[in-house]
Amino acid sequence: MNITEMKELLDNKTTTSLKLFEESKKKALYSQEKINSFVTIMEDFTKEESNSLLNGIPYAIKDNFSTKNILTTASSNILKNYIPVFDSTVYKKLKKAGAVLVGKTVLDELAMGGSGLTGHTGAVKNPWDQTRISGGSSAGSAACVSEGVVPFSIGSDTGDSVRKPASFCGVVGFKPTYGRISRFGLFPFASSLDHVGIFARNVFDIAAVTDVIKGFDSNDMTTLPDEEINYTDILKENIKGKKLFYIKEIIESAKENESKEIIALFKKQIEKLKNNGIQIEEVSFDKTILETLFPVYFIISCAEATSNNSNLTGFIFGNRMPGSSPKEVMINTRTEGFSEMIKRRFVIGSYILERENQEKLFINAKRVRRMLVEKMNKLFEKYDGLILPASGLVAPKIDESKEPDKLSSEYLILENHLVIGNFGGYPSITLPMGYVKDMPVGINLTCKAQADALCLNIASHLEEIIGIKDICAGGRKDV
Amino acid sequence: MYKAVIGLEVHCELNTKTKMFSSSINEYTKDPNTNISVIDLAFPGILPLPNKEAVKKSLKLAMALNCETPSIVLFDRKNYYYADLPKGYQITQMTCPFGKNGYLEIEIDGTIKKYGIHQLHLEEDTANMEHLETESLLDYNRAGVPLVEIITDPCFNEENEVITFLENLRNIIKYCDISEASSDKGQLRVDVNISMMKDTDTVLGTRAEIKGINSFNNVKEIITYEIKRQTEILEKGEKVIQETRRWVDDKKITVSMREKVDAIDYKYYVEPNIPVVPLSKEYKESIKEEIPVLPLEREKKYISLGVLPKDAKTLVRNKEVSDFYEEALLLEVDPKDASNWITTRILGYVNNNNISFSDIYMTPLMLANMLKMISSKSISTQQAKEVCALCLEEKKTPEEIVKEKGMEQISDPESIKEIVNKVLNENPEQVNIYKNGKTNIIGFLVGQVLKASEGKANPALVSKILNEEINNR
Repeated sequence: MNITEMKELLDNKTTTSLKLFEESKKKALYSQEKINSFVTIMEDFTKEESNSLLNGIPYAIKDNFSTKNILTTASSNILKNYIPVFDSTVYKKLKKAGAVLVGKTVLDELAMGGSGLTGHTGAVKNPWDQTRISGGSSAGSAACVSEGVVPFSIGSDTGDSVRKPASFCGVVGFKPTYGRISRFGLFPFASSLDHVGIFARNVFDIAAVTDVIKGFDSNDMTTLPDEEINYTDILKENIKGKKLFYIKEIIESAKENESKEIIALFKKQIEKLKNNGIQIEEVSFDKTILETLFPVYFIISCAEATSNNSNLTGFIFGNRMPGSSPKEVMINTRTEGFSEMIKRRFVIGSYILERENQEKLFINAKRVRRMLVEKMNKLFEKYDGLILPASGLVAPKIDESKEPDKLSSEYLILENHLVIGNFGGYPSITLPMGYVKDMPVGINLTCKAQADALCLNIASHLEEIIGIKDICAGGRKDV
Repeated sequence: MYKAVIGLEVHCELNTKTKMFSSSINEYTKDPNTNISVIDLAFPGILPLPNKEAVKKSLKLAMALNCETPSIVLFDRKNYYYADLPKGYQITQMTCPFGKNGYLEIEIDGTIKKYGIHQLHLEEDTANMEHLETESLLDYNRAGVPLVEIITDPCFNEENEVITFLENLRNIIKYCDISEASSDKGQLRVDVNISMMKDTDTVLGTRAEIKGINSFNNVKEIITYEIKRQTEILEKGEKVIQETRRWVDDKKITVSMREKVDAIDYKYYVEPNIPVVPLSKEYKESIKEEIPVLPLEREKKYISLGVLPKDAKTLVRNKEVSDFYEEALLLEVDPKDASNWITTRILGYVNNNNISFSDIYMTPLMLANMLKMISSKSISTQQAKEVCALCLEEKKTPEEIVKEKGMEQISDPESIKEIVNKVLNENPEQVNIYKNGKTNIIGFLVGQVLKASEGKANPALVSKILNEEINNR
């Protein structure tokens, strides 16, 4: 059931929010063995009264959002016993809207990673095929929506952490413009790239949730002023004359057969969209710049992450280890608390920020980021959106012999282009476009900054034209 | 012969209502961990909210110290791990400090000297740590308190110069009302950088840094000690080590803490959670207008009004005193008289009783009224001293005291004339003596008149009228 369907049942008293919660909770518990998407499943039903569309709707939230009195681990051993004393703005708004929390979902440790395999409570599996990954870092949030446990969930997206797992799990994943949703209470990974994101099984639900959690927040200086608009109201507006583009070099970078199949599917959908009156053009983009996408992302995110996570020392909160001096306590706590991969990112981040490297690595990376954003902004003057396959792969197989998120010596621009959305703080949405190898594949639409309404409006039409909507794992709808 | 080259880093906690990046109360208290919030403790997910008042106050000080000020507000992160730093980084200003290339003018031995301010920036304070034998205690009340750091050029050569500079700086801080600047409460802390060089040297010597000095007296002792220590090393032909040293107060020596201070890499980078905010010319102008007339300028003005240089210095040492004096001047008192009364009687009372100037009962208006009574000869200077003392002690206005004590002088010529004639009538013998040429008998008669008036008659008038009346006979 999606939000609208649940709402209808609630309104005509066929069910109650308590019943919806109990059902969700049951599914959550039942699904744990299969996909392991939750760190915490709520014992008790708690709900505030509201007139919101989300009143009484069960949902899940990624375990890196601060929730007062509810364990919040960021899927890291260093925070495995951490119970926050304050609410994140997103959680607070959902609570106020009457939404009912079912559970806190697994992420890649501290939101760093794209596999869903590195959380301290174990790997999250793809609901469509448990031998495959869900993608990450918002692994549990994507998987539990795909599994049908809840109609929507909250994630965070620093590189593609909502929009990639959405593709792998066959759900809709959206991150609005940087600053549209408050980051207050979201555990920071890389502050200049971090976004709050939403998973649901259709674009309307995404818009409904965004309407509730968006808005200026005096606790987050980077939030945008409020807009006088409800996204759910504009989804059906005519998009005649809207122009989209895709980037030739990204499409042509597909090498493997699987990727080529995905590109073929993408092209098929592009034709379908064109036939439905949407203009789509191919645009050529400097490949050298595209090849910097991942290195630039990695440099900026590791640098910011190492600083952002310096508060995890065990002094005031966290899993404190003994030591004979404050310094030793800190070293022991961090040594014990982080996995190898996290430590590696911190070492890299620290190296990047060192005086002698900062100009060459960090400052240059920021320059390239700005250059790329300027180029994109130029294109957004001419086009209403960028459309691309969200990934050149279906969810990869879990391979325990292979280290997750291993750095590649190749440029995988088809895999890494979603980060453009984070560089520019653009609204960006992934929605299902079909199947390859019996696995869902997503298409991504990215629009210019602050054009969230436009992005959702176009996405709603794409969803209609493509014809895949409200699917759960295995519940394949052929197109 | 070696001379010392000294530079200072002065940290000053601002007297804002709330902390630098949170809404916790910024107030000195002895109860540990009471003024704290999730932001001060750096719980995961918190974001900084810069304090506008702190921005304004530090810009005000930068301007008062003649600094160049930037056109934007921009903060950086200084990354390092220490138990007193909850976030693991301090938000400070490196790229774009609020003040650059300023100076402070100070009068030393009658001449005005300029001391360079290299930089002034705004940051947040760390928690307070107390190290016990087997454990360390942390008080986060101080964590996140707005802190201004003032870095001087290496422009001092001797300890007295440094102390005079610090006293003047503290005075300006207080004049600008940006900090209580109390050393006792740790609101003003000084780092001293010191090296020795020969007059013929062209480069500075290797320096030692002594951090976190809480009192000016210690600053003085430390500099004296370091000059001696480093000179001895150099005279032996050895090398001074670049290091951070710590002052051991009971032994009056400095000891090494860690070497190679420059080896720490703070990995500064721009704080991503605080958007860059422009500082308009109008805004900066409005801050500039709030800077009061500063001590040196006031001192010059007082001297031009005829106040003794020594007293002028005393008047400006405390802004409250100077403001009191300024207010009295507006009431058209004689500048010299008012200065005398303030610097001797009033400040004498304040010092003897060890009270704060702001706690005295006397107002500038009371002082002005008292001075008017003296000049209109309704009380004598001698009586005024008593009035002043009683006003301060018993918290009564001069008018009340004069009335209570029946001090009003008789200055009305007719009344005095009456008493004079009465006395002359009663003492015909003495009048005759006077008439016979022994004019110094007049002294006796003046005494009789004053006695008859119970001491209230104005002596000068008595003498004048007595002379007239006796000669009329």
